[in-house]
Amino acid sequence: MSNSINKRNRETFRKLTVITLVMFGFGYALVPLYEKICEVTGINDLAKPDEVVNAQVDTSRSIVLEFDANVRGEIAWELVPRERKRKVHPGELVHVVFDLKNSSEVPVLAQAIPSYGPQRAGLYVKKLDCFCFTQQEIAAGENLELPVVLVVEPSIPRDVHTVTLSYTMFEIEGGGERTAAKELEGGKG
Amino acid sequence: MEAVHEHDHSHDHPSGIMRWVKTTNHKDIGTMYLWFSFAMFMVGGVMALILRAELFQPGLQVVEPEFFNQMTTLHGLIMVFGAIMPAFVGFANWQIPMMIGAPDMAFPRLNNWSFWLLPPAATLLVLSMFVPGGAAGVGWTMYAPLTVQQGMGMDLLIFAVHILGMSSILGSINIITTILNMRAPGMTMMKMPLFVWTWLITAYLLVAAMPVLAGAVTMTLTDRHFGTNFFNAAGGGDPVLFQHIFWFFGHPEVYIIAIPAFGVVSQVIPAFSRKPLFGYASMVYATASIAILSFLVWAHHMYTVGMPVEAQLYYMFATMLIAVPTGVKVFNWVATMWRGSLTFETPMLFALGFLFLFTIGGFTGLVLSLTPVDVQLHDTYYVVAHFHYVMVAGALFSAFAGVYFWLPKWIGKMYDETLGKWHFWLSIIFFNVTFFVQHFLGLAGMPRRIPDYSLQFTDFNMISSIGAFGFGLSQLLFLYILIKAIRSGEKAPEKPWEGADTLEWTHLPTPAPYHSFETPPTVK
Repeated sequence: MSNSINKRNRETFRKLTVITLVMFGFGYALVPLYEKICEVTGINDLAKPDEVVNAQVDTSRSIVLEFDANVRGEIAWELVPRERKRKVHPGELVHVVFDLKNSSEVPVLAQAIPSYGPQRAGLYVKKLDCFCFTQQEIAAGENLELPVVLVVEPSIPRDVHTVTLSYTMFEIEGGGERTAAKELEGGKG
Repeated sequence: MEAVHEHDHSHDHPSGIMRWVKTTNHKDIGTMYLWFSFAMFMVGGVMALILRAELFQPGLQVVEPEFFNQMTTLHGLIMVFGAIMPAFVGFANWQIPMMIGAPDMAFPRLNNWSFWLLPPAATLLVLSMFVPGGAAGVGWTMYAPLTVQQGMGMDLLIFAVHILGMSSILGSINIITTILNMRAPGMTMMKMPLFVWTWLITAYLLVAAMPVLAGAVTMTLTDRHFGTNFFNAAGGGDPVLFQHIFWFFGHPEVYIIAIPAFGVVSQVIPAFSRKPLFGYASMVYATASIAILSFLVWAHHMYTVGMPVEAQLYYMFATMLIAVPTGVKVFNWVATMWRGSLTFETPMLFALGFLFLFTIGGFTGLVLSLTPVDVQLHDTYYVVAHFHYVMVAGALFSAFAGVYFWLPKWIGKMYDETLGKWHFWLSIIFFNVTFFVQHFLGLAGMPRRIPDYSLQFTDFNMISSIGAFGFGLSQLLFLYILIKAIRSGEKAPEKPWEGADTLEWTHLPTPAPYHSFETPPTVK
């Protein structure tokens, strides 16, 4: 094969290798890009307090709020809502308490992730304060009272009569040894 | 090209096993790719039959649910990365140098490497079944956070994906370089056979998409072992992010599989219609448009993750847009046959089977692109039916068409036409028995990837399982046809297909010599 073709081939190889490396980097660049898009569009701001636009209490209807809690991981701990359900009016300020109990012999750094049933109800349940906004550090054998303050917006569709608010508590691996609970934002490796 | 003649000693190649281990000849490597992919097709096929055996009846009879999940995962990965992709790389190796008048691929030794990366990767996948905890049971899509919770089978799977990715990236770089730099004088870009064009575009897709998958599985690996939290919700990561990264690769991957199949069919249909391909330029542009659009529609695989409605609308319309260039291609194939003098040898039959069934798969894809419909059909057997129409009846049938079409050129012997026709009719009938009914199962709400189902799905599942076993056994006939052709096939005429007009048919003897086009032909 003549040298000029060899040279051109090597040149093409070099360019294509650069594309490959750039695309590998692009895969990683999708991570901050995704976070930025979620932040700008407000899709995924689970860890921020909501702003309530209309605090007018609508006493003409009521909604049943159901509370549910689960834990993940292999340690002995539990998360339990103090009450299973409560009837509330849209617009009313609701205080709920969850109990987190660590029966294991190790400290745990934990993060709760909320979810809603039906899913679209999540748009109307506004949390002013929530233990899910921060990570929880719980010592071995300790009990924690975890508060949630929320308002169900009066604009919630009329066909929604029951809303389930469910929390799943995750263990942050290796987190128990950390001295200070980190902000959720800082938890990224 | 003067330098070639100084290397005459390379013409006497080593024999036995070392010939294959050390070979840098594009034809040898193409052959190895094709046999490797056939072996993987058999392995993945047996896995599919285990799934269908379990699904023959409701309840759990044959395998444990965990093993069912492992089979689902390995079947998908092996068929996509082990069977279909290497098959088309095999075609590329054999055909591209001959079709553009080049003596070999641009980087012959790299080519040898690209192939020999595959067997270790396949071994890792198969071995992962025997480690504690078994293979990963996460589905070929490898969604987090399930992948974070798997045993060491998942790590083997991740390494296998890394190696497979490396192999296809290296192969693609080789193909692009060959096509861009090694064409014979006069072979301008717009004179290249369409198969070469489709591979050029596919190779670019691979170079752009495979590294993103490598990134995604690397993130999974570091999440599993090195304390990162890309996908771990508790640590501030997001499992949905994995789906975005995966499908940014995954959707182009669909076309990585489909576009070379378009290329094969675009060679076969004109040859048996005895007419040039209708709308050559529009075929090139349509393929390129499909490739570009494929990077812009990925989230239609994840309508149900809770996207804003604006995003759903964008992905829906962008996805439907792909139907336009795809439609152009289908119309061009049909127009190529229009008033042609058609004959229906086995390659043409498979190409026609492709045309009919791929179009059905395309239409069900269009149905699934509609967000409100997809929310109903997401993760049901309707989706399974859809992508098997595209992957099996699309890609696999076109690979069969290609093998029957080029086999005489490769080995200088003819296959048994009667048996070939049997292979086609058995395949197409059993394929439809297997997968057509799955549309109904999906519409009725049967979820995919579940080893058990409720009683009302029994009849269709039985039909589907019978079809699957029929389809699997029919492929043994294909193996027999190949062996028979290689061992005792009739000598092929110099030009077995009178309508074939690309360089390998017009400028090379049959069978193609071990070294071809050392002096490049001049293309007018």
